[in-house]
Amino acid sequence: MTGATLTQSGGHHALRFFLLRTLQFIAVLATTLLGLVAVTFFIGRIVPIDPVIAIVGDRAPPHVYARVRQELGLDLPMIQQFWIYLKKAISGDFGNSVLTTNPVMTDIINVFPATLELATLGTIIGCLVGIPLGVLAAVKRGSLVDQFVRVLGLVGYSVPIFWLGLMALLLFYAKLGWVEGPGRLDVTYSYMYTPVTGIVLIDTLMQGQMDAFWNAVSHIILPTCLLGYFSLAYISRMTRSFMLNELAQEYVIAARVKGLSEIKVIWRHALRNAAVPLVTVIALSYAHLLEGSVLTETIFAWPGLGQYITNSLQNADMNAVLGGTLVIGTAFVILNLLSDLLYRLLDPRTR
Amino acid sequence: MSSAASLPQPAGLRAWLLSPEPTSRWQARLGRAYLGWRTFTKNPLAVFGLGIVLLLLLVALFANFLAPYSPVTGGDLRTARLLPPSAAHWFGTDDQARDIYSRVIYGSRITLWVVLLVSVIATPIGLLIGTVSGYLGGWVDTVLMRLTDIFLAFPRLVLALAFVAALGPGIENAIIAIAITSWPPYARIARAETLMIRNSDFIAAVKLQGASTPRIIFGHVVPLCVSSLIVRVTLDMAGIILTAAGLGFLGLGAQPPMPEWGAMVATGRNYLIDQWWVAAMPGLAIFVVSLGFNLLGDGLRDVLDPKAAK
Amino acid sequence: MTTKPLLEVEDLRVRFHLRTGTVEAVRGVSFTLGRERLGIVGESGSGKSQTGRAILGLTPPPGEVIAKKLTFDGIDLLTASKRTLRTLRGGRISMVMQDPKYSLNPVMTIGEQIIEAYQAHTRSGRAEARDKALAMLEAVKMRDPARVFSLYPHEVSGGMGQRAMIAMMLVTDPDLLIADEPTSALDVTVSMEILRILDELVAERGMGLIFISHDLKLVSSFCDRVLVMYAGRVVEELEAKNLREAKHPYTQGLMRCLPTLANDVRPLPTLSRDPAWAQ
Repeated sequence: MTGATLTQSGGHHALRFFLLRTLQFIAVLATTLLGLVAVTFFIGRIVPIDPVIAIVGDRAPPHVYARVRQELGLDLPMIQQFWIYLKKAISGDFGNSVLTTNPVMTDIINVFPATLELATLGTIIGCLVGIPLGVLAAVKRGSLVDQFVRVLGLVGYSVPIFWLGLMALLLFYAKLGWVEGPGRLDVTYSYMYTPVTGIVLIDTLMQGQMDAFWNAVSHIILPTCLLGYFSLAYISRMTRSFMLNELAQEYVIAARVKGLSEIKVIWRHALRNAAVPLVTVIALSYAHLLEGSVLTETIFAWPGLGQYITNSLQNADMNAVLGGTLVIGTAFVILNLLSDLLYRLLDPRTR
Repeated sequence: MSSAASLPQPAGLRAWLLSPEPTSRWQARLGRAYLGWRTFTKNPLAVFGLGIVLLLLLVALFANFLAPYSPVTGGDLRTARLLPPSAAHWFGTDDQARDIYSRVIYGSRITLWVVLLVSVIATPIGLLIGTVSGYLGGWVDTVLMRLTDIFLAFPRLVLALAFVAALGPGIENAIIAIAITSWPPYARIARAETLMIRNSDFIAAVKLQGASTPRIIFGHVVPLCVSSLIVRVTLDMAGIILTAAGLGFLGLGAQPPMPEWGAMVATGRNYLIDQWWVAAMPGLAIFVVSLGFNLLGDGLRDVLDPKAAK
Repeated sequence: MTTKPLLEVEDLRVRFHLRTGTVEAVRGVSFTLGRERLGIVGESGSGKSQTGRAILGLTPPPGEVIAKKLTFDGIDLLTASKRTLRTLRGGRISMVMQDPKYSLNPVMTIGEQIIEAYQAHTRSGRAEARDKALAMLEAVKMRDPARVFSLYPHEVSGGMGQRAMIAMMLVTDPDLLIADEPTSALDVTVSMEILRILDELVAERGMGLIFISHDLKLVSSFCDRVLVMYAGRVVEELEAKNLREAKHPYTQGLMRCLPTLANDVRPLPTLSRDPAWAQ
């Protein structure tokens, strides 16, 4: 964070400043990613299971044991092992999954779109509903809308996502029958289209399979709304507090003095300023939905990264677990980076 | 120093507490605490939250008196399995013919245990790293804060999952994993506070008196960071409960037959459609308790950290 | 020019209903204003700013405005519709605020903000509004109007920011300008320049001006008439040139606190307040 803003905009100076910031940025990014790899490496080492025995069995003769140990590189010094691990991780090689026997990276590429689909739709709901709600709550402070946002936020922060998901399934799927249940698509539809993007909604729509598309919509609506709820609980609460802060500023009074309509004062002046910190909040909420997908996907049998990780967990498939963890961690870092860039784009003071 | 607090005048305890000229340190402290309490009690939701948390404490403490049945051994598997809520079994029974109400009551002990241990482990780590980093500055600060950022870069639940996967499932490992993922925000807060305190005049005065660095950090900086940290930890407790329940739900936390709420919801999942109460009741308990901690945390923040309240 | 006053204020009261009770910030202020310059002087909390805001209908939420009469050019401001008030605000009554650092929107360019003010009150195309904004920037003596037009508020100095603020508030040719401490946030040399610009524009356009300040000397040199406010009341009203003949002890006290070159009094007297003045 830069405390002071530059009022002087000498071209040469600005360029140097920009280069310096970029370099600093890359350095931070690189160390964070290195740290992520180091943490997963470390977690991989504290597994109490001997990976050699896991392969050769506990009755293998000593020379077989020694050979496999060497093949796995476990006889090398720790730092060298890390170096090898790092090189592999950078090239996207996390080893093979014990469960699926595929390379972990291949598996992840296959399942990630499903998670992305869910988290993106959830965030869209969170923004479309959460931001207007938060703005209204701030403008009509103490009103019914304000109380509603407060309750929404409190419940959102307190309710276990897996439990709410189950209860939603019970009510809307089992009792009311309004939506389809777990899974991404009914089996009958799953061969009616060819996966291209890996995002069912887009694939079916592009290929004109409307029945399959509506079936997919009916499947996705519940998990999306669930994630969307958590997103909007957070976003509306933060929007409210940012808006309260902006509405108390002098430039809002100045906008009213100019004779602007209240709508313009709120949405064009105050919200445009509140949008600056809001970007970070939205990115954070998106990242949390990626995380929330671990539990949500388990409940809705959604074939995404979250379910992949939990399945691997239950089968002690460490390569897959660590690969998935690293991918989600990297997504977090990238989202942070994006929000930082957007922040700069929206706030002229940081340019 | 004046003598020990003299007893309150007949004018009343309240007047004594609110005296603008306290005669002792204790009177001043109690007076401040009383003012804080008055602010706190003005917020009915916060008081409600405190009530829930106190109830949790009491229930955990007197679980053996409150629970009508054993939490681990069930009744007759042929007749008492999956019974709906009734007068005999308020929350119904589960697949092992155990009384869910009794299990929820005993489960409060596990929840409380997890929350306490995680706070006791994570808070000092965060406090230490944050204050040392902020006070010393320079490369120590850079290294420690980079480390903090790396841990912050991981999503909490996923990192905890990976740790538990490596350490092996179990309540102790779940606690360790959650603690490992909880300290970074505390370190950030402690560092920010320390940076403010570091340059104040009284620290300069202590330094002039020749106090050593550890003495300044532990004697002067740490105590001043504690209050904002307490607020944050209280606000986090709901998150800790939810993470622990999530781990339990995935089968990585407390192992059967322990009556852990998250694991109980997981069991109930198999009977969701016809025996909804098996999953609903323990989940409701998680919700109510974390709601209580959230409300309490909000109220505490208004009292201890009025700047942050919005 | 008509002889009818531009603004008539009679027994204006601004009350804030708070949880701890009702606070009356303005307690029965009356004055009339033609196309002249009226100064309102008072210490902070005297209600001078709230008087200005009440005229604009911008008293913040828990506040309530009551008056026997509050009319602008014959329009009753108390009963006027929100729509009418909006067309008056910015269109015919405008306000220059204290600190351009806070009163300009930080994420909009200066040009955009001026155009917005102009377009809120005229049916005009973008190009026309732009020309008008540039002309206005020139009128406030910006050296390079085209450049300033595309700058963000944080990219200009305080003096330039205040000039931009004046340009924004005068772009619609209002009849009345309220200047609420327009120079208090600025350096002395800069503030002299701002005052000169303001002086010129007000004279040129024949506007009415309410100049709110805590600086008695400044106000008396700038305005025709001065109202002295204390604790929400007008304690004295007098012609600026007759300031020396002030009768009220508060005004006299204020005058005495000013250091003069001729009779150096040490220590400089401080203001003593009599609770009776607030009655």
